[in-house]
Amino acid sequence: MSDAPQDAPLTRLKLHDLHAELGAKMVPFAGHEMPVQYATGVMKEHLHTRAAAGLFDVSHMGQVILKGADPETLALGLESLIPAAVLGLGQGRQRYGLLTNEAGGIRDDLMFANRGDHLFVVVNAACKAADISHMREALGGIEVVEITDRCLLALQGPGAEAALAALAPEVAQMRFMDVASVTLAGAEAWVSRSGYTGEDGFEISVPAEAAEALARALLAQEGVLPIGLGARDSLRLEAGLCLYGHDINEETTPLEAGLGWSIQKARRKGGARAGGFPGAERILAEVESGPARLRVGLRPEGRAPMREGVALFDGETPVGAITSGAFGPSLQAPVSMGYVPTALCAVGTKLAGELRGRMAAVTVDSLPFLPAQFKR
Amino acid sequence: MKFTEEHEWLRPEDDLIVVGITEHAAEQLGDIVFVELPEEGTTVSKDEEVVVIESVKAASDILAPIDGEIVEVNDVLANDPGKVNEDPMGDGWFFKIRPSEPSQMDDYMSEAEYKDMIS
Repeated sequence: MSDAPQDAPLTRLKLHDLHAELGAKMVPFAGHEMPVQYATGVMKEHLHTRAAAGLFDVSHMGQVILKGADPETLALGLESLIPAAVLGLGQGRQRYGLLTNEAGGIRDDLMFANRGDHLFVVVNAACKAADISHMREALGGIEVVEITDRCLLALQGPGAEAALAALAPEVAQMRFMDVASVTLAGAEAWVSRSGYTGEDGFEISVPAEAAEALARALLAQEGVLPIGLGARDSLRLEAGLCLYGHDINEETTPLEAGLGWSIQKARRKGGARAGGFPGAERILAEVESGPARLRVGLRPEGRAPMREGVALFDGETPVGAITSGAFGPSLQAPVSMGYVPTALCAVGTKLAGELRGRMAAVTVDSLPFLPAQFKR
Repeated sequence: MKFTEEHEWLRPEDDLIVVGITEHAAEQLGDIVFVELPEEGTTVSKDEEVVVIESVKAASDILAPIDGEIVEVNDVLANDPGKVNEDPMGDGWFFKIRPSEPSQMDDYMSEAEYKDMIS
């Protein structure tokens, strides 16, 4: 989700007028005019999501369907582009995956779901055009369809289940990473129990014509407030989740990013379908022997955030840089993520970050900063 | 009371000038999470960076509006930076400066002129 060039015309969300009515401040992001916050403000929106429930409009993200072949062909096709196992993922289940490049770097991160006769894939807004043409070029015999007539809403927080179950009781039965078709606001929604906040919650693909009715019905539930991109960023940072274009990019490998868990056994050395994805040689070697550097959690001393780009030092020696950083409202402390050599990745390692020309103390911490609240 | 184009307010208090940021600026910055103040006794020149503010969105610098000596800073902000959002024109003040060129105050806007600028 890196930022798009400023000169391109901005796409308006289908729910633009609703955001305006709710007092949103709109900003350009990844080629879209997006609500960064509402009248509540970033800090309170963040805390509200962790305490009750937040509704996010993430319709800027890319929704893609892979279809037109038998399930095994679809699964093996996607497996040729990502290190995750697709074959063997049960119907009605979702997984996290990475599109890799030949050097072992990350082209994008995505979610993919087995929906029976097709795979449903959600990719980052800033990468979606490139991802789709990449998939079309690489996946002969598979139809790659961009879905443009649906919105994507996320409902996150401990109150998410009750709020969505008030409209469709069956969602209470779903567990983390389940996907299902559910009738919401009179339309067929594709619901997954997942999110980008570290909280329990749902991501809901809904036909555009029903999106406003669904958003209003959810906002009418007790404890549900609209939440902007600002809080979405601090929520995902506290949850230790990567932001594409910042914490992961074409230069970072899955193992360096600490995302080795997204490479299931079947795709590793000795597995039933080992390798066979771009960059497999380097990535699988790193599975065996470990990467040279690693994404870690970092806790700056004091209250000043260390943001993206802050250089990290071990004594006088430059050792890495911060890739995301902000003040964590739930922790009431600044939190960052960045890359350091593996030798310096142990929790408790003391480093320094260069902040406005001065060295400030920062300590390596484990990720996530807050325990995840998923309903497994 | 005077106002700068950088959205600071300057309020004379005896022979000192109290400096803070306006409500408009505090709103624009969003929730403030950290304020770094200069050391008391520092001599500063007009347009020198003297305060760093970090909000949930970004870091911003506050410039010294006039030449002088920083004689007092609002230490409360170290532990409670949110004071700047709560009461930017009162308890959320940043520092008091003893001006060496009091006439520099004349360059700045009246409240009416400032309100005009931000409207």
